[in-house]
Amino acid sequence: MVVSMQIALDHDRIFGALADATRRDIVRRAIDGQEGVAELAAHYPMSFAAVQKHVAILERAGLVSKHRSRRRKIVRTNLAALHVARRLLDRYEELWRERVERMDQLISEPPKEAHA
Amino acid sequence: MTVTAVRKDPQSRTMRLEAEFGASPERVWQLWADPRQLERWWGPPTYPATVDAHDLRPGGRVEYHMTGPEGDQPRGFWEVDEVQPPHRLVFRDGFANEDGTPNTELPMTTARVTIEEMGGGKTRMSIESEFPTVEAMEQLAAMGMEEGLTQAVGQIDPILAEAPAEAGGGRR
Repeated sequence: MVVSMQIALDHDRIFGALADATRRDIVRRAIDGQEGVAELAAHYPMSFAAVQKHVAILERAGLVSKHRSRRRKIVRTNLAALHVARRLLDRYEELWRERVERMDQLISEPPKEAHA
Repeated sequence: MTVTAVRKDPQSRTMRLEAEFGASPERVWQLWADPRQLERWWGPPTYPATVDAHDLRPGGRVEYHMTGPEGDQPRGFWEVDEVQPPHRLVFRDGFANEDGTPNTELPMTTARVTIEEMGGGKTRMSIESEFPTVEAMEQLAAMGMEEGLTQAVGQIDPILAEAPAEAGGGRR
């Protein structure tokens, strides 16, 4: 189905980008949107080029974007993109809330001898 | 309020929900341990579940199918990992093919159920649902693991706003 495939492609990029611990950390740090690639790179035991590569992957997935602030470029997390992962967990929350609701109804019924 | 707490963590791929019931742990355990009770809450009203096999022991399997409004019958199964009545149940929930064999192309989610007495005739149940990998989340989200999931993801998510969307979202 075309829609499924389109969604799959978007999700593939986003979740693929989030599959790496360093990139998840960059996403977390960039929520504040205060640091550029050089400052971000200082947090990790890897080269500037390696961090730059991670940022590029996140950028392609739409998870972060670069903004000009005074004379430099800062990296900022795109919170809307992060919502994709959250959305699936939201769906699970809804699924289990509905189940708990039905469980509660079942428990509230007067007891009877159940024959399996 | 039955549900008392929910915690979702996209990074560890988990959703944890806590609920309180005005019943004993043994009564709450029955909801899981008695297949006739299980099938009354597992599926939504539009997709009621029928439990076909129910071997609630470590290494055992629970098999079920759901019946949709158009007669479609999605099937699923649990692989049971831990059973400590009436306090703990751990299983992996998977999808099955039409003939009941596991669908190995779709990921399984792990469910950890904890049931504990709170005193005052109350029992707390927590359920933690974990996706094995981010790829699994992507796959489930994309394939629409149940009616409406693909639609829900497609409709609400701002990042998908520009993607070509189809009204109605037919299945398959």
